[in-house]
Amino acid sequence: MPTPTEPASAPAPDTEETSGAPVIEFVDVEKRFGDNVVLKNLNFTVERGERVTLVGPSGSGKTTILRLVMTLEELTGGYIYIDGEPLTHREKDGRRVPVSKKEQKRLRTRIGMVFQQFNLFPNMTVLENIIEAPVHVLGRPKKEAVAKAHDLLGQVGLSDKADAHPTSLSGGQQQRVAIARALAMDPEILLLDEVTSALDPEVVGEVLNILRTVAETTNVTMLIVTHEMGFARDVSHKVMMFDGGHVVESGPPEKIFTDPDHERTKSFLSAVLGDN
Amino acid sequence: MDWLDTQRDNFQVLSNFSERLIDGLVTTVQLTVLGGAVAFLVAVVLGLMAGSPSLWLRGPARVLIEFFRGISLLVLLFWLVYVLPIFIIRYDIPIPGPQDHTFAVGVAALGINYGAYAAEAVRASLTTVPKGQWEATTALSMSWQHRMRRIIFPQAWALMIPSLANLWIHLLKGSAIVYILPRVNDLTFELNNLRRPTDIWFSHALVGLITYFLLALVLLFVMQALEARAKYRLGRGPGLREVFSLRLRPVSPDGAGGSAMGEDETVEPKAGARAGGEER
Repeated sequence: MPTPTEPASAPAPDTEETSGAPVIEFVDVEKRFGDNVVLKNLNFTVERGERVTLVGPSGSGKTTILRLVMTLEELTGGYIYIDGEPLTHREKDGRRVPVSKKEQKRLRTRIGMVFQQFNLFPNMTVLENIIEAPVHVLGRPKKEAVAKAHDLLGQVGLSDKADAHPTSLSGGQQQRVAIARALAMDPEILLLDEVTSALDPEVVGEVLNILRTVAETTNVTMLIVTHEMGFARDVSHKVMMFDGGHVVESGPPEKIFTDPDHERTKSFLSAVLGDN
Repeated sequence: MDWLDTQRDNFQVLSNFSERLIDGLVTTVQLTVLGGAVAFLVAVVLGLMAGSPSLWLRGPARVLIEFFRGISLLVLLFWLVYVLPIFIIRYDIPIPGPQDHTFAVGVAALGINYGAYAAEAVRASLTTVPKGQWEATTALSMSWQHRMRRIIFPQAWALMIPSLANLWIHLLKGSAIVYILPRVNDLTFELNNLRRPTDIWFSHALVGLITYFLLALVLLFVMQALEARAKYRLGRGPGLREVFSLRLRPVSPDGAGGSAMGEDETVEPKAGARAGGEER
């Protein structure tokens, strides 16, 4: 797998192949908050290297899906498999048995996430934010982690900010650092949760361009929640339309954005794209 | 002889016993520093336990906090020095008798009692660290110890310092309660002892007043320095050097924050300028 630091010799977004092996698998997933059922009987798979965008009205459970994969929410029913291994519970004699913390952590280190609110650590400099987990979680040599961090900062156009404090950066800059921080862990799966929603309109483009480059130059699997339909269309292999915790329809972006089968998708897209 | 001359004599008499007073002062300082250290340790352990989602940690922590907050420190000392030995002798428990280590008993009792109060400050400030910070540590697969030590606690630290400073100053003054312990003679004990045969109040009370005030001032200064440093590390305030130099040199209103974030401050104006440019 090429790391984000190596520029691909011929970046051609549509020629890369997805392997066909499911890297994320949702089986009968149910998520409830108290009595409120957010997701029910949800089944879908994401293949290795595939970039899948979840679209749909707010409250449809898109973000919950990402948070379940990141183990930020407790899975209340069903199973999630990462590379065929159970993430939170395994099925044993027809019963759900929680997996050990150790197993969960091992799988989790292969997943990275970028948040809407950046969530950089204010008690550390930009560089420290990026190397903290590679050094102390993955146990990489500090020298190596620092070199990689500088590479990544170069990629996101912030080479001069390594020693700055996050609070002194603009929102767009903070989000670019957050992307670098997530990539520094060499994730196989990258979760992007409305990463441009908290940004000023004029910096949305620069953040999306960085993500486009990441998509083009690596084959990291991406699960994306976004309201930026142009971005979704450019980078996704597959778009899944959600409503009320269900997949209304899914397919390649060209199909979903131009010729959706379902009325609900049509009305949602015309509402979102209409004001552009 | 007028009142002033009398007082001068009284102070003179008191200064003859300055050695005892200094011994008392040293004991008070030791109780404050060591008791404060024990209290901090107790507070961090109980505070982290009380903030844990696990009932097995939270439950015992709550019981301990409420118990030691609720009981009287004076009564706790009675128990430790006078009741405990009864059981130790009766059941032949192989631990050193508390009556032989009264200073350590004083330190422990102060630490436990004030630590229980401070545990609440620790727990409360941990909850003020934004949820997104906890989630980011999960997303980076950090262990519980790692996230607490490197991410959550340093952020909560800045918030808990003012409460801890308050409690530490309380502990300083509250340390006078050790007068009931044999052979632990703190400043208040010595002052009162020197006063008793003479029944001179003014000079003794004034020495006590000023000494405790100055000690409290030192504690406050230390804690303010810690708070300034903690805030600076979170990018929320000027560095230590500036905080203390601000007091020495006059600062023009707009020059005050000048160098706080000087090296990185270009961001906001630039973003604004760009937005402005587009509008035109």
